[in-house]
Amino acid sequence: MMQADKVMIGLEIHCQLTALRSKLFCPCPADYRGKEPNVNVCPICLGMPGTLPLLNRKAVEYAVMLALALNCRIASRITFYRKNYFYPDLPKNFQITQYNAYEQASVGADGYMELDDPKGNGVSKVIRIRRLQLEEDPGRLVYDGSIDTSNYALVDYNRAGVALVEIVTEPDFNAPNEVRLFLNRLASILEHLNICNPALDGAVRCDANVSIRGHARVEIKNINSFKDVEKAITFEIARQRSLTARGIEVNSETRHWDDARRITVQARTKEEEEDYRYFPEPDIPSVILSSEDLEVIKASMPELPHARVERFVRAYALTRDTARILVGEKYLADLFEASLKYYDNARSIANWIVTDLKGYLDRYGDGSNGSNNSSSSSSSKSDSNDNSNVNTGILARITPKHIAELAVLVDSGKINRTVAKQIMQKMLSTGMLPSAIIQGMNVDMLSKKDELEGIVDRVMDEERKAVMDAISNEKILNYLLGKVMKYTNGRADPKLVLSMLKERIVDLRSSQ
Amino acid sequence: MVRSSRLALNAYELVEEVKSGSISVEDYIASILERIESIDKRINAYITINHHALDEARIMDKMVKSSSSNSNGYRSTLLGVPLAVKDNISTEGIRTTCSSRMLEDYVPVYDATVVKRLKGAGAIVIGKTNMDEFGMGSTTEFSAFGVTHNPWDEERVAGGSSGGSAASLASCMASIALGSDTGGSVRCPASFCSIYGLKPTYGLLSRYGLISYANSLECIGLMARSAVDLALMLNAVVGSDMQNDHTSIDSSIDIKSINSTSLKGMRFAIVREIIESDAIDEPVRDSMLDAIASVEQLDAVVEEVSLPSLRYALASYYTIAMAEASSNLARYDGIRYGYTLQPDGVAWNEFYSTIRSNFGSEVKRRIILGTYVLSSGYYGRYYMKAQKARAIIRDEIMHVLRSYNAIITPTMPVLPPRIGERISDPLRLYTIDICTVIANLAGIPALSIPYSMHNGLPIGIQFMAKHLDEALLLRIAYALEYARGSRVKRCVL
Repeated sequence: MMQADKVMIGLEIHCQLTALRSKLFCPCPADYRGKEPNVNVCPICLGMPGTLPLLNRKAVEYAVMLALALNCRIASRITFYRKNYFYPDLPKNFQITQYNAYEQASVGADGYMELDDPKGNGVSKVIRIRRLQLEEDPGRLVYDGSIDTSNYALVDYNRAGVALVEIVTEPDFNAPNEVRLFLNRLASILEHLNICNPALDGAVRCDANVSIRGHARVEIKNINSFKDVEKAITFEIARQRSLTARGIEVNSETRHWDDARRITVQARTKEEEEDYRYFPEPDIPSVILSSEDLEVIKASMPELPHARVERFVRAYALTRDTARILVGEKYLADLFEASLKYYDNARSIANWIVTDLKGYLDRYGDGSNGSNNSSSSSSSKSDSNDNSNVNTGILARITPKHIAELAVLVDSGKINRTVAKQIMQKMLSTGMLPSAIIQGMNVDMLSKKDELEGIVDRVMDEERKAVMDAISNEKILNYLLGKVMKYTNGRADPKLVLSMLKERIVDLRSSQ
Repeated sequence: MVRSSRLALNAYELVEEVKSGSISVEDYIASILERIESIDKRINAYITINHHALDEARIMDKMVKSSSSNSNGYRSTLLGVPLAVKDNISTEGIRTTCSSRMLEDYVPVYDATVVKRLKGAGAIVIGKTNMDEFGMGSTTEFSAFGVTHNPWDEERVAGGSSGGSAASLASCMASIALGSDTGGSVRCPASFCSIYGLKPTYGLLSRYGLISYANSLECIGLMARSAVDLALMLNAVVGSDMQNDHTSIDSSIDIKSINSTSLKGMRFAIVREIIESDAIDEPVRDSMLDAIASVEQLDAVVEEVSLPSLRYALASYYTIAMAEASSNLARYDGIRYGYTLQPDGVAWNEFYSTIRSNFGSEVKRRIILGTYVLSSGYYGRYYMKAQKARAIIRDEIMHVLRSYNAIITPTMPVLPPRIGERISDPLRLYTIDICTVIANLAGIPALSIPYSMHNGLPIGIQFMAKHLDEALLLRIAYALEYARGSRVKRCVL
């Protein structure tokens, strides 16, 4: 019964090679974000008559890197194909892409990604990659409001011709959370290879196909945000299950993810049989990759996430779990390694970054983007994807020196963790270094008995009821400790205060 | 004004006169424009005239004057030479229509590389010439701007698709011309108009700016009234253009030693399947046999060979050309340029079909057939098979060219047809490309040489050589031009 209910999910992911300066087939700038419409254009990407595509060799190199990182077989002869269809955002009315029906023309094929077991060590699952190909992004259509009510459609070709890598997986996912793990890992690989910044709006886009074994397959398109993929799939599985439970057959169809209503909606009742009339692009000579070329690319590849995790475990004696959290978001791992230059205590630095900094970011966002604050989510991991590589807001203010100073202050016993957290708050909001913050604060730890006697006595005096309760219930001591900490602005050494309080309660108890 | 007989000067002769100061470029261009004004109503070679041609001529004259004091003289090899450009080759600021309603008001923002280089050598663009719409045809009858008439017999077609360019040279409305050759479109009208038409090695000339019809087959081609002019043109346009065309090759052609009058040591092949074909008209066969005798007199050796897969050539050629065309012409949707239509209240699909109904009938036929042969389920049966046949034909040709310097065929199997004679039967029309498509399928250079006249109608002979052996073709042209002397006329005044 459980077996029959098995869910199968496959992904089709488009990643823009945002690290490229120019488009895939012309010298136009690839960065179209925030630009006036139709300024990043030239005769080639507008499909003007008589122009010819000029293949960006760097794009091929980047796609090869990604294919290698995903354990793909690399084509020895990379060929481009035309995918013919009419749409106003497509200047030539064909897309230059790749096609594997006759041979492996695509940059990569038959790869895989290992998903780590989120609980333990080791690999929990292998997701097979069917193909990885290079293609051009179409332009964008702009409507007045929604596509259904708009009286017009405007075309912006700034994006037309931007380099995309399309990754197609086999339907090897059985649950939405596996998809999340996959996408997070992919994002980290993209960041580590420094070929795509997944934090940029629209830089990584994902379509999913979802089916329950024995039933028809449904395509979900229009999932604009990385973190919505899991939600869209979860919704779709529930929808299909409720249909099959009532004996209603699932239709093979394309559905769109409705971002506002958080549901999938029908896009087309019947899957049109589209015939793209693929044929080899005559204007782009095949790219022959020799084994030497491949070796050169391999040698130039930055360290990949899984290798970095292993190195962190080996070189810094971190737990694998901590190492994974750091490497999961490249900027955390980079911050970690850079901070070690100032303070050579890996565990302490890692702890500050993983527990405190990341905890704060997960809760409040980076502050560079208002929407992050409002959409605090239980799935903190996917939230923080939106923060990766962001260089505005908090992350722009926090340098390795900040982290190192904070850790040193605590580890040297100069301040306690409570004060340290206050300092961190201030540091995150102002960008001041902890050493500078401390100078403006009276923060040295009160760790001598005579400094604290007066305050402890005052609390005992003010909190008579609590003191009486504490005689019979030691847990109340924490309440009293809190009062002392409050009066000392958190500067008191909590262990010392607790022992002083205990002494006094014991005295009271024996005098009763 | 210059005397009208001077309009028949070869380009190299004109350049000498301009440099010596005996002809002013302004006068010459003005005379050319005047001739166009007086006779092009009948010939219809031009679609658009470059209204800046006289201004450009005046600038040339100034340059000539200012450099005359310079002991080196002026080095531009085509100084002041009037150039006709086929209307599918982009010219900055000059309307470029492809003889199609779809592009009737399209003005390119850039010059094709080849145009830019010819201008750099001193040539002056006179105007844009008529053609079969998007290059699809062999008679220039499929033009939205009317048919081009053959200057030798105005009841007959000038050939195609570069009919306007060929007719402009044959009627002295330009001295040199650019065409494009996908399956013979430069050589066919060259043959019908008694001028030279060179289809270079695929990739030797940049295609940047040539409006695509069938990318893997087509080249920009050169047209002239003498072998030396052709050499001057080729010299001016070769050279790498990798920054604009990744299918172009970086090669130079050594054409210094073309002026030999002997063909001693050369071995030519004639193709049994062509000589024996009943598709060849008798006068054309006679001319071909005479050409064989002529080259033998110049000490070349001629032998017969067989190209058994020749019978697949037309099918292979048209399948590939139409497939590529169906995709290349998809971009004409009226959204960014070309034919305009108010889009208000019209759904995309309706908008597309309304706009695209402006293609002519032959273009529609080829788009539909090309779409069909690429459809899933038919790709293997047609397109892939055509590519396999192409590879076999190429191998056979290359095999022959390992033993022979060149292959000789008639350029066209027929004399120039009467206007309207063939256009109604597309299949019969396609068959006259049999001798020319071979070179496009194999990517090799081919030259149509004006050889003889039959009842006042020109007959051209084609020579095909190995990749990048253009110099050899020019040498043959030079030797034959010398040997034939005044028996071959190359223009009508």
